[in-house]
Amino acid sequence: MSLNSSAARTNDSLVDRDRQLRRSNRTTALRRLAGNGFLYFIMVVLALIFMIPLLWMFTTSLKTRQEIFVWPPTWLPNTPQWGNYVEAFDKYPLARFMFNSAVLVMINSLGEVLSVPLIAFAFARLRFPGRKILFILMLSTMMIPGQIKLIPLFSMFSRLGMIGTYWPLVLPSFFGNPFFIFLMVQYMRTIPRDLDEAARIDGASTWVILYRIILPLSLPAVTVMLVFTFLWTWNDFISPLIYLSDFNSYPISVGLAFFQGRYSVEWNMFMAATLISIIPVLALYFFAQRHLIGGISTLGLKG
Amino acid sequence: MLAAWRRMNPLARREALEAYLALSPWLFGFVVFTIIPIAVSIFLSFTQWTIVEPPTWIGIDNYVRMFTRDPLFWQSLKVTGLFVLISLPLKLVFGLALALLLNNRLPGMNFFRTVFYIPAVISGVAVSLMWMWLLQPDTGVVNTLLDYVGVRGPNWFWDKDWALPSVALMSVWKVGGSAIIYLAGLQNIPAQLYEAAEIDGAGRWGRFLRITIPLLTPTIFFQLIIEMIDSFKVFTEAFVITQGGPLRSTYFYMLYFYEEAFRNFNMGYASALALFLTLIILATTIFINYTSKRWVYYESE
Repeated sequence: MSLNSSAARTNDSLVDRDRQLRRSNRTTALRRLAGNGFLYFIMVVLALIFMIPLLWMFTTSLKTRQEIFVWPPTWLPNTPQWGNYVEAFDKYPLARFMFNSAVLVMINSLGEVLSVPLIAFAFARLRFPGRKILFILMLSTMMIPGQIKLIPLFSMFSRLGMIGTYWPLVLPSFFGNPFFIFLMVQYMRTIPRDLDEAARIDGASTWVILYRIILPLSLPAVTVMLVFTFLWTWNDFISPLIYLSDFNSYPISVGLAFFQGRYSVEWNMFMAATLISIIPVLALYFFAQRHLIGGISTLGLKG
Repeated sequence: MLAAWRRMNPLARREALEAYLALSPWLFGFVVFTIIPIAVSIFLSFTQWTIVEPPTWIGIDNYVRMFTRDPLFWQSLKVTGLFVLISLPLKLVFGLALALLLNNRLPGMNFFRTVFYIPAVISGVAVSLMWMWLLQPDTGVVNTLLDYVGVRGPNWFWDKDWALPSVALMSVWKVGGSAIIYLAGLQNIPAQLYEAAEIDGAGRWGRFLRITIPLLTPTIFFQLIIEMIDSFKVFTEAFVITQGGPLRSTYFYMLYFYEEAFRNFNMGYASALALFLTLIILATTIFINYTSKRWVYYESE
């Protein structure tokens, strides 16, 4: 690009310029190729470094108990012990824990779907006194660190007799998460107003407009919301740790942590269990990557 | 608001009523799950309360105890502050470097983006367990690799001088999360700016310093605040891997808070701890925000 433009500015004869251009194009192309090769090399090395932890976890999960303590450690198992995965399911109530997590994900998703579009619709489309102030209040709650609310919420839920149940872990999502409300408001604002105005002229009520027109058009935002609800619920640790006491009700995060320290010598089993626990998240990630990345760039949220 | 209400026609009133109805779940949640808990938390921080009996008002005793006779408070504050100082620059620099690499529009970059982001979606517990195994002093993969190049690796989580850097190392592995946000920022920089600079003869480095960095400062500013808050709230890693050890070298603030609140049930004192952490986070945010006028570039200016 730069050579083209600087060449264009010179007043040399046409032939000269042509020759010059051709030569310089060849060198820049070569240089670019070398540069790209170097870049790919760096990317591959970095990607390997980033993936070594997961690969090591995987190979460990296929080793025998003797192999994991061999020194110096071997990179690959002699014979892959696929049976470790079966045994991990027997040894730890993995299926139970993952089922519990899935239940929490589903209830929370239901809560968000019921509450968030409704609330966001009011902010995005309806006119009412106090709209600006309430919206700013809502946004400012995103800034409040959650730990300041832990003790009062714990005592509140304990008064309601909800400790040891899933209520404290799912109830708040029925009242709208400010991050999702913000995401949804931003999205709804991009939907042309002509659509709901035309419907209103045809006599549609506010609720018909929301559920027949706006919500179907907001499905991309709903998907982003559901992906994040899945991730956050599946990975949440401190809330279930505080509220649940019955071993059988643990979600996968607390369940896994519970086994650490009890079976810490069986790292092969343990790595198999840990890998199993992240498979749903990885699967979701690969299928919904686009939505996830979209949500991150809108909200600045990480996983 | 009332005056506005009187001025409205019936149709507008109806719309407003419908809006409040739609907002009611949030309004209820806002009061019950945010306003009341914060108020109660402030109140509880001035009481002694062990959950069995009603709280007793003890004035500022909790705060006096925190600052004058509680070495654990100072230790946890020191550990957390040190961690913020170590991990924050690492995450900011590595995140940006990774984003710059990913920003090269070449075939296959989406694949690398996918790879680097994977660590950010995995749960803290799984990541902690994994790193516990990776950093085993004798049989861990990291020390094995170090052995290849003739370096005797440290005992990582099991050495009081290395435990905290080990937690920081883990957090760097998750840097793909910040890289994606930087990447979004980088892709918002208009390409014409680079073209214009190139015509004016600016080199790679010049373009990076004069265009990329200034136009990225809003993203860096945002990341700085988010990562700072995250670093202050470290809990899972300490709880799962080290339980604060060895010799309380990873006794993070949130771990201390958790133990006081939900193991010892010193709810009053723990409330004071939580409130103080919130104040630190708030003060740091305000400070960063204050300095932002000097270094954050906004296009509208």
